[in-house]
Amino acid sequence: MKPHSTPPRGALAALAALWASAAGAADFTLLNASYDPTREFYAEYNAAFARQWQASHGGRLTVNQSHGGSGKQARSVLEGLEADVVTLALAYDIDALHRVGGLLPADWQSRLPDNSAPYTSTIVLLVRKGNPKGIRDWDDLVKPGVAVITPNPKTSGGARWNYLAAWAYATRAAGGDEAGARAFIQALFKNVPVLDSGARGSTTTFLQRGIGDVLISWENEAFLALREFGADRFEIVAPSLSILAEPPVAIVDKVVDRRGTRAVAEAYLKHLYSEEGQELAAKHFYRPRLASVAAKHADRFPRIPMVEIGREFGGWAKAQAVHFSDGGTFDRIYAR
Amino acid sequence: MTGTVSRHATGTVRRRGAAEPAWVRRILIGAALAFLALLVFAPLAAVFHEALRKGAGAYAAALADPAARAAIRLTLLAAAIAVPLNLVFGVAAAWAIAKFRFPGRSLLLTLIDLPFAVSPVVSGLIYMLVFGAQGWFGPWLIEHGIRVVFAVPGIVLATIFVTFPFVARELIPLMQAQGSEEEESAIVLGAGGWTTFVRVTLPNIRWGLLYGVVLCNARAMGEFGAVSVVSGHIRGLTTTMPLHVEILYNEYNFVAAFAVASLLALLALVTLVLKNLVEWHAARAAVVPAAESTEPAPP
Amino acid sequence: MARSRQIRVLPGFGLSLGFTVAYLGLIVLIPLASVFLKSATLDWGAFWATVTAPRVLASYRLTFGVSFLAALVNGVFGFLVAWVLARYSFPGRRLVDALVDLPFALPTAVAGIALTAIYAPNGWIGRLLEPLGIRVAFTPLGVGVALVFIGLPFVVRTVQPVLEDLDAEIEEAAASLGADRWQTVTRVVLPTLAPSLVTGMAMAFARAVGEYGSVVFISGNMPMKTEITPLLIVTKLEQFDYAGATAIAVVMLAVSFALLLLVNVLQSWSSRR
Repeated sequence: MKPHSTPPRGALAALAALWASAAGAADFTLLNASYDPTREFYAEYNAAFARQWQASHGGRLTVNQSHGGSGKQARSVLEGLEADVVTLALAYDIDALHRVGGLLPADWQSRLPDNSAPYTSTIVLLVRKGNPKGIRDWDDLVKPGVAVITPNPKTSGGARWNYLAAWAYATRAAGGDEAGARAFIQALFKNVPVLDSGARGSTTTFLQRGIGDVLISWENEAFLALREFGADRFEIVAPSLSILAEPPVAIVDKVVDRRGTRAVAEAYLKHLYSEEGQELAAKHFYRPRLASVAAKHADRFPRIPMVEIGREFGGWAKAQAVHFSDGGTFDRIYAR
Repeated sequence: MTGTVSRHATGTVRRRGAAEPAWVRRILIGAALAFLALLVFAPLAAVFHEALRKGAGAYAAALADPAARAAIRLTLLAAAIAVPLNLVFGVAAAWAIAKFRFPGRSLLLTLIDLPFAVSPVVSGLIYMLVFGAQGWFGPWLIEHGIRVVFAVPGIVLATIFVTFPFVARELIPLMQAQGSEEEESAIVLGAGGWTTFVRVTLPNIRWGLLYGVVLCNARAMGEFGAVSVVSGHIRGLTTTMPLHVEILYNEYNFVAAFAVASLLALLALVTLVLKNLVEWHAARAAVVPAAESTEPAPP
Repeated sequence: MARSRQIRVLPGFGLSLGFTVAYLGLIVLIPLASVFLKSATLDWGAFWATVTAPRVLASYRLTFGVSFLAALVNGVFGFLVAWVLARYSFPGRRLVDALVDLPFALPTAVAGIALTAIYAPNGWIGRLLEPLGIRVAFTPLGVGVALVFIGLPFVVRTVQPVLEDLDAEIEEAAASLGADRWQTVTRVVLPTLAPSLVTGMAMAFARAVGEYGSVVFISGNMPMKTEITPLLIVTKLEQFDYAGATAIAVVMLAVSFALLLLVNVLQSWSSRR
């Protein structure tokens, strides 16, 4: 990173390029700005990709990681965090990089296959062992005396997926009536005793502090919780309907062009779609896209009917405006 | 060493404490200790309890991690820059405010206090508004390859901001209480300004100065909110110890998180022990000069 | 009059004041001005609507109300702790004295995590309080606990040095003139301590108003109930609403500034008396 902060950058870059072509190798660092639950996955993926890159291109590659709430990470990149790639919880946050800062083109999502989401996940319910409150589906969450843990949709990307999954169920339960759906969501949030600011915070509240009867969670986060805290203490409940969560990835054009890292950043994201990348994603409980890998792990993931953000909610920009902006359906739950 | 310090201190204490009946003393001590136990000791105990839950090996491994070591270095660096700067500022501000009366003095005092009251969230935000890519100087800085936010300079700036008032705030009431008579006599008798400051003022304020530095340093190492806003959370590069604690906590690595947290608590305790030792030596060394301090300082 | 002439004797006024103002301007005032300029991008109506939204008003009530109560608690117990440390000897006094500074050194986030761990329904202390029907974590009481925690050292450390410096002879003189112990404390000691006690409480209050790291863990962040104002600022930021965030920040800054100014004016008045 050092050469880029010294004044005669052009000359240095040219020298570096010359030297690289001569020796066939160059040292790179990449920064991946990601959201919270991907910590374990990218820690392993980065090491794997660096090995693969160094074997084929030579030189040293270091991939640095920054994690935080998805919206916060997008804001940091807008404010100058030099992330070569962003791997966030929802497309809305990457859209903001284009809308506010012009850091990447508007059509970023069509540059990679599958809406630029190399892996998917969904929203499930995590309950305490033995399911003492008998929670089977979304309508069990609005019953009196059930404490539901979910993060704040205003600050957490995961919480927005949670909210929309519940909304999709509620709309069907109410026969397409929006007022009915809103009443359902209102009843659900009446049962929420703690609104953490991020998905990890909610998981900790539920697992560590012993608060709540059910946690609405990313599927991968729920599986990870079973692994970290013991499958003998918690169990996963698959609801009758959920949402296909597509956490997208993108290179930040302005940054990679400035730093001269476009090639390695593109290779980094493409490798996510490779068999190795897909295997690692599955290992960390993301649903792989590659058919062969998906088939191999099919029995691990419960079959859940899922709605899609585009078809059900008209895309993220619309969903954000209707539900999560100031005065949206979420705010009206708490308005008196 | 510690025993000597306590004995030295207890001697003066006991003489004064004799004024209340023993039962009153016991109730007051009991109440104070109960309050502190609930509020301060219990969290401290919880930190060490969690840190050592998986034994000393896991504890040592958590601290030997390269990212943890990088966080420790960055924390020390930020404190090493912020504390001396704020020390110089504190002495200058206290001299101007405590020794002189001028219009706008109360306003100045209030402005110095302001960084206390500013929410850490806001203190990070202001540097973002000034140096961020969407801010005043951001575009220019990016063009010239200079990084302030999401890099070490931003972290140092935020640390300076949040520890800004500590030394000044300790010194001002102290210098006000002491008045200016000693310095005035020294000046009238022909001592220079600098000599007066070094030989008369400094010995009088060194306790307060030390308190201020200790508070400033402890806060510099422990700041979370403001630094968190400008850090970018790049593991091993722009994470201070408190931020590293948060990262580890979010990775369900509670033992390591509390291990680094306990190190912060230990650092503070070591600082406090040092403070006590220095104070004791200062008090002993001051016995002779203190007797002479009513006389003019030598020219 | 004679006093002001004497003061002129000391040198270094221009230098020290000049440096103070320049440093203050560079580090504090110019960056802070950015908040005001950013919020000025809103017109007055939008500004007013942002800072008086029901949820924002509820957060002011919680933030300022609980901070005030925490400052009062710290005024009483901080004074008690300072008194006990300065005046009495008991085993472990030095250790206790050192530990009072802990809330400074413990990063606020760690304090939040540790306090939540203890006061959560399954924590060391929360477990004992739960049967009594007292819930601390995730209620306004929890916010109060966190704010008392972070404010305590401010009160103790401003009162304690003054208590230690207080000349024992004055108290002895009062006693020898026939004052009983209670009279000596309330008529002689307390008035002398008042400025530092008020300073300490004001510092604790001001600090509590802005506190973020320790509170968000223990408060539960329920809109209208346990949501503090700094969290609302963060929420606005994460929605890229910089103008809205800085508008609320301006309100907080203005209130804190007014309070601090008031305290400083009061203090300089009492010291001149």
